[in-house]
Amino acid sequence: MSVFLPEIILYWLPDTIQLFYLVATAFFIRGVKLLNSPSTARKGNQFAAIGMMIGILVTLFDQNIVEFELIIGGIIVGGFIGLLLAKKVQMTSMPELVAVFNGFGGAASALVAWGELARNPEILSFDTTGLVSIGLSVFIGALTFTGSFIAFGKLSGFISGNAITFPGLNMINIGAMIATLGLIGYFAFDPTNSTLFWIILGISLLVGVTSVIPIGGADMPVVISLLNSYSGIAAAMAGFVLQNNLLIVSGALVGAAGLILTNIMCKAMNRSLGNVIFGSFGAATGGLGGNRGGDKTVHETSAEDLAIQVAYASKVVIVPGYGLAVAQAQHIVKEVATKLESRGVQVKYGIHPVAGRMPGHMNVLLAEADVPYDLLKDMDEINPEFTTTDVVLIIGANDVVNPLAKTDPAGPIYGMPILDVDDAKRTVVFKRSLSFGYAGVDNPLFYAEKNQMFFGDAKKSLQALNEALNEV
Amino acid sequence: MEVDLTLLLFIFALASFIGFELISKVPPTLHTPLMSGANAISGITIVGALIVAGSLGNPLGKWIGFAAIVLATINVVGGFMVTDRMLEMFKKKEDEK
Repeated sequence: MSVFLPEIILYWLPDTIQLFYLVATAFFIRGVKLLNSPSTARKGNQFAAIGMMIGILVTLFDQNIVEFELIIGGIIVGGFIGLLLAKKVQMTSMPELVAVFNGFGGAASALVAWGELARNPEILSFDTTGLVSIGLSVFIGALTFTGSFIAFGKLSGFISGNAITFPGLNMINIGAMIATLGLIGYFAFDPTNSTLFWIILGISLLVGVTSVIPIGGADMPVVISLLNSYSGIAAAMAGFVLQNNLLIVSGALVGAAGLILTNIMCKAMNRSLGNVIFGSFGAATGGLGGNRGGDKTVHETSAEDLAIQVAYASKVVIVPGYGLAVAQAQHIVKEVATKLESRGVQVKYGIHPVAGRMPGHMNVLLAEADVPYDLLKDMDEINPEFTTTDVVLIIGANDVVNPLAKTDPAGPIYGMPILDVDDAKRTVVFKRSLSFGYAGVDNPLFYAEKNQMFFGDAKKSLQALNEALNEV
Repeated sequence: MEVDLTLLLFIFALASFIGFELISKVPPTLHTPLMSGANAISGITIVGALIVAGSLGNPLGKWIGFAAIVLATINVVGGFMVTDRMLEMFKKKEDEK
């Protein structure tokens, strides 16, 4: 588009583009900053989108860009698909969608590096920095692509959520990654060797698969967050290839952001990142579900019995978990809560940081079901309130209310912050069976004197409770 | 060339530090929208895709650039829109109070 500009502007054009890139960067930083608070978050996202718009528009004036057919075609096709996916997706499928978008982003960065290599008729015109950047961009981008799609497959159930692994797989993965880095170095010295490039691409795609497949389904949010960080780094690497500041800065921002977010998620589960990636959590415990000592007894409750308890309570706290998200029971929860509120019962929601299928996901689901925002309480806010709570309804949550996190120093979840539901007068656990949570440990809460179990599918149980409340 | 690389690495490192500082203050409630918003920003690679697909050169490279544009645009458009959809729900509730 630079052909439309007068010559005097053309002289300053490269510098002007850089200055607009700086403006775009400012919008990104300001946007992420505004995402800090719920009241400004939407504006923050819009700021980031404006930054993106500026970056794209200004780039079109780049003097190297002379042909627009592919650009216009690509943006129309991609824009249409993106629009469709964003409009159609169910809120419960949000983790899957983020995984898919992330995979596309990683693939795009790898393609940018590959395309730049293939576009230049003279491969030897690349210097060492350029070639190493191309290698790294292809490596990280391709790994992000296949890794994200395996994560998508696990989340949507196409691939078994269990950790699929065998002894030595971690070592093979680490070895393959180191070998790839070595090959990238070799490629920088011998760029005309196209076989080398194909081997790098092939191993990268494969490593994405083999490093995500041994990780259990419940850990996928952490994996996606980490892959989100990778896709940022891949974009930054593509920036090194093209020597483009905007790509480097934005990619680095996302890379760092994703890493911090990943760390926060791991902390909330009391696990290290290394343990998530190499620990194959869930592999050994998969077969143990339901096995427990037969000497312990539980108290069962029914919809009718529970309806009376909650209808005459003065304060009820609902603790939703992964199971509620899977059963898509957020709307029926809201219906039950509304009925209780109309009876004068105070209803609040206690949300553990890792409740749902990804951090903060539960808040999104409940917001979609029209639950007022101020009733959703963070763990630190709700914990002091349990002592004054009559009934806690624990729906599809397990490990986040397990007292062993406080009492069993040898246990795998020891030290994980939990919701102190046992401070309440009564707890009711909605669950299919007495099977373990994904941490693979039994939950003493189930056998506590003041706890009752309401067995069955979360959605069906809540529907039964909802109907029973009409009779009370 | 070497001077340029140092400068680029400098920019890369500083931007990473800004990213660390920015994210550490986000409340858990907003982690999902944040993840999806950050993911949309990583679609910035579209800028690289535009340069590859629009510059002169080997047709194969340009078509690879085209594929990159399609994928990056899906990431950018879809990412920002779905984040907005989530945050819109959050906001509406606050207004109704």
